[in-house]
Amino acid sequence: MRKFLEIINTLDRRWIFVFIGLAVSLPLFFPIGIKFSVSHPVQGFYHTIEKIPDGSKILMSCDFDPGSMPELYPMTITALEQMFRKDLKVIITCLWPAGPPLVERALAHVGAEYNKQKGIDYVHLGFKEGKEVVMVSMGASIPNTFPTDYHGTPVSEIPIMQGVTNYREVAMLVNISAGYPGTKEWVQQVQSRYQIDIVSGCTAVSAPEYYPYYQTGQLKGLLGGMKGAAEYEKLVGIMGLGTRGMDAQSVSHLMVFAFILIGNLAYFILKFMKRKESV
Amino acid sequence: MSYQTLGIWIGALFTLCILSFLYKDNPFYKFAEHVFVGISAGYGVALQYHNVFLPNLWRPLMAGNLLMIIPLIMGGLLFTRFFANISWLSRWSIGMLIGIYSGIAIIGFGSGDLVSQIHGNLLPLWGTDLFTALNNWILTVGLIACLVYFFFSKEHKGSFGVVARMGIYFLMISFGASFGYTVMSRMSLLIGRFYYLYGDWLNILPQ
Repeated sequence: MRKFLEIINTLDRRWIFVFIGLAVSLPLFFPIGIKFSVSHPVQGFYHTIEKIPDGSKILMSCDFDPGSMPELYPMTITALEQMFRKDLKVIITCLWPAGPPLVERALAHVGAEYNKQKGIDYVHLGFKEGKEVVMVSMGASIPNTFPTDYHGTPVSEIPIMQGVTNYREVAMLVNISAGYPGTKEWVQQVQSRYQIDIVSGCTAVSAPEYYPYYQTGQLKGLLGGMKGAAEYEKLVGIMGLGTRGMDAQSVSHLMVFAFILIGNLAYFILKFMKRKESV
Repeated sequence: MSYQTLGIWIGALFTLCILSFLYKDNPFYKFAEHVFVGISAGYGVALQYHNVFLPNLWRPLMAGNLLMIIPLIMGGLLFTRFFANISWLSRWSIGMLIGIYSGIAIIGFGSGDLVSQIHGNLLPLWGTDLFTALNNWILTVGLIACLVYFFFSKEHKGSFGVVARMGIYFLMISFGASFGYTVMSRMSLLIGRFYYLYGDWLNILPQ
């Protein structure tokens, strides 16, 4: 018993990596189909978009890069699906420099599926440096802040941008956020000034920071990490990357939980045994 | 081999190079790390040149907008940091940047965080359904306890100390929740990489 506990206490961390690797890999090959329910913040995200009248213009800011792709790309895809199903016109911006290629990829995928046309049903305005300054500047004029789209076409020649001057002409803001600049800055700079409805899809790391904004109603909905993405996919009715990753997510969490439990038990039992021996 | 396939292979090999660090530090990991840093820096410079310098400064200036001389000079002053005897000139530009960002951040924090969060935490403790009332009580008690914990002008003793101690427990619970979310986030990244390796690269995942 004691020897076993000592082995646990001094276990090479690489063994833990092996177990975590297996916990993540096996459910990908042998799906379990663990059931999960949809939380209130996710319902808020979905219903806020659903309430927008069909054909309205929506601003979507994709503030992420490949580093957070597994969590945020599935949300982007699902949000585009929901918006295109409602025939909403989507104006997309990026405040992260490596974001535009991911947006192009998502648009190519979902836009083609729904036969949406560039410039008419959606426009990708690309990346603009300036963080909060860009957000404030868009409040004065979106066409002045983004004079051309991602492909260099002047916004004055893009049909979807006709009549769009600032936040007043968009029904709401969908933000997909990996950190700074992201949801926090959109709430601080835009929601509080222009009273525009904002929903956010964010990485799980940032979610605890954004829950207070949901509690106060500054955010109308919140998707936290891959779990949030999976719940959202369930509501929209698609089997996406979020749902497919949930089994692996759940099993790996159980594995981490088991390691924490076993490690702590081994530590305290061993400590108790040593104390008893010294007495 | 198409460019797309080549891209997938390069991505997969670099992923394996980075994952090899889990065993121990090695030349493959270092190679991938250096390539990543180099490409990121190059991409950043090229992006800033094409996305910021040309459209925001150079093209308007060439089109005859003489006001653009001011940001040109202010931007140029930043480079005086490379010359010790005139490096003080860069402080003007830095001062302007700090001033603008501070102004924007303070207004945003004041209206978006401070006022809204205080307003959002003034909750009814009676007269709602039991579950909402319970939640509001927990939030209010937690808020007061945490504020007391961060009040250092009075020694944490007696009943004041008890409330401060409660504040620690609330903080610990919030740290635990944050850690749980962090684990979830990191696992998601790992799942994403494994999806890429098994799916996009090896194509052995069940459909």
